Amino acid sequence: MSDAAVMNDNRLAVLDHSRLRGKGNKAGEDRGRISMRDVDIVFDTASGPHIAVQSADLTVRPGEFLCLLGPSGCGKSTLMNTVAGFVKPSRGEVTVDGKPVTQPGPDRGMVFQQHSLFPWKTVMENVAFGPLMAGTSRREADSIARTFLSLVGLAAFENAYPNTLSGGMQQRVGIARALANYPSVLLMDEPFGALDAQTRTMMQENLLEIWSEFHNTVVFVTHDIDEAVFLSDRIVVMSATPGRIIADIPVELPRPREQSLITTPEFMELKRQCLDLIRQETLNAFEQQNRVG
Amino acid sequence: MDSKSNAALKTTEPETAEQAVPASPVTGSASPPPAANTPAATGRPSPAGLWFKATGSRYLVRVAALIAAVVFWQVASDNGFDFYINFNNIPAPTAVGSALMTELTGQEFYLHILHSMQRVAIAYGLAVVLGVVLGVAMGRSRWAEDIILPYIELLRPIPAVAWIPLAILMLPTEQASIIFITFLGALFPIVLNTTHGVEQTNATLIRAARSLGASNRAILWHVVLPGAMPSIVAGLAIGMGVAWFSLLAGEIISGQYGIGYYTWNSYTLIQYPQIIIGMLVIGGLGTLCTLLVRKACNPLLKWQAKGGQS
Repeated sequence: MSDAAVMNDNRLAVLDHSRLRGKGNKAGEDRGRISMRDVDIVFDTASGPHIAVQSADLTVRPGEFLCLLGPSGCGKSTLMNTVAGFVKPSRGEVTVDGKPVTQPGPDRGMVFQQHSLFPWKTVMENVAFGPLMAGTSRREADSIARTFLSLVGLAAFENAYPNTLSGGMQQRVGIARALANYPSVLLMDEPFGALDAQTRTMMQENLLEIWSEFHNTVVFVTHDIDEAVFLSDRIVVMSATPGRIIADIPVELPRPREQSLITTPEFMELKRQCLDLIRQETLNAFEQQNRVG
Repeated sequence: MDSKSNAALKTTEPETAEQAVPASPVTGSASPPPAANTPAATGRPSPAGLWFKATGSRYLVRVAALIAAVVFWQVASDNGFDFYINFNNIPAPTAVGSALMTELTGQEFYLHILHSMQRVAIAYGLAVVLGVVLGVAMGRSRWAEDIILPYIELLRPIPAVAWIPLAILMLPTEQASIIFITFLGALFPIVLNTTHGVEQTNATLIRAARSLGASNRAILWHVVLPGAMPSIVAGLAIGMGVAWFSLLAGEIISGQYGIGYYTWNSYTLIQYPQIIIGMLVIGGLGTLCTLLVRKACNPLLKWQAKGGQS
């Protein structure tokens, strides 16, 4: 079955609305605020310390869809990994909802670029893993998993093993798995980077549709300008070596968004803005490399 | 190799064409093409015919190769072939066969096999438990690896026979000595393969599990062990083979029973056909047990098969 056919699967999902944000649920209104203060990330390498990120200051509002955009190797994934709890900042502080991040946790769902599903678990077991770890009974976890699989249009594949699915389908399982814990923050590390162009566009629309239900905070790392403009409320552009935040661009395009958006003048203007910044950065990086080499 | 023999078993059974088709994702290139859906009467080759062309003919060659060796052996023994290798004192396959028939009618022979199986079962069981535990510890902890690895590297090259004197000196009974020697043989491949498998654990999967709220114990159970399973299973299969040939060495010291004892004793008593029977039984049982281990572990690895659905 093609990805397109699966996408249009009807939604049988019954989400637990008391755990969703942005559905008039006042208690959860403030969940998912990310704050980074003066963050440096330095790695020790054989040739001395390597500064991956330098004095990054960033606040992500609850329910905001933020894209970290930059050339490859600029430290955008590294910066996001401090929020996930995989990387400790060498200096500065990262907090989520006021609490300093010390380790990974189910309140911050993570979607990786590829091959992050447990190959020995079926699609359903993969999605049920988070709820199970949270202490839910197996029955309950399976029912949550079914809900989220139908949300991403893969209900028919619950008993399949990941290696039998296409790349796009695997990523949708990955999204379902991360969301099954109802995280207040969703961290996505170039999740569509390994997909072909058609699947990627479809996945972007699909993601926005799902997100419109959740409205949790999303940090989405990408080097694809179209993707960043199409998805986000706000684009934070990073420069390479050392990784620094060089621009913070609000994206005030109307939602819900569809692919027709990318030919509008407003979209083009934002894209041009990002393109200029990135090109300048890439040129600088090249020059720097040439000088070193 | 395994999946091929599996496919052979499936398709030789008298099945309808519809039943044969679901087997095709597993059998790969050796499987009948979707054309098998249409009745064989239309003139297309039947599934069995296709199976024979792709797989059956290869088995035929294998069996023929074995038969050729037996025929050569028979001829060489009958004619006293002596060209560097001397067949003069080697009993012919027919002599071995008739000796085997005699053994099969008595009770002794089965007791030998039973004693050996029992020793292998105990020794192998201990080796599996200790081997996997040590292997996981070494794969997960640098401390454990630094403490255990020197012992393994030092002791592993020592052949089973060389352990006999120490085993006799250290252990209270003959039975314990034999089991100890068999256990040692099985232990090393299991430990080393488990360690290797655990060290190969995919870091992204561990990150994914952590971000889903998994504890260290849950990560060990849900990520590390299943990920290491292909390697562990390989170690278990090799360990079973080594257990059998260590057993033979250990049973030199056995006073009464065991297929190894039977073989050594036949040599002492100059019963040449019995030596060959002993050798073949050890080879056969070793292969059989290794196959059983692989089959028993298959459910743990079903996720590896393309198209596998639970």
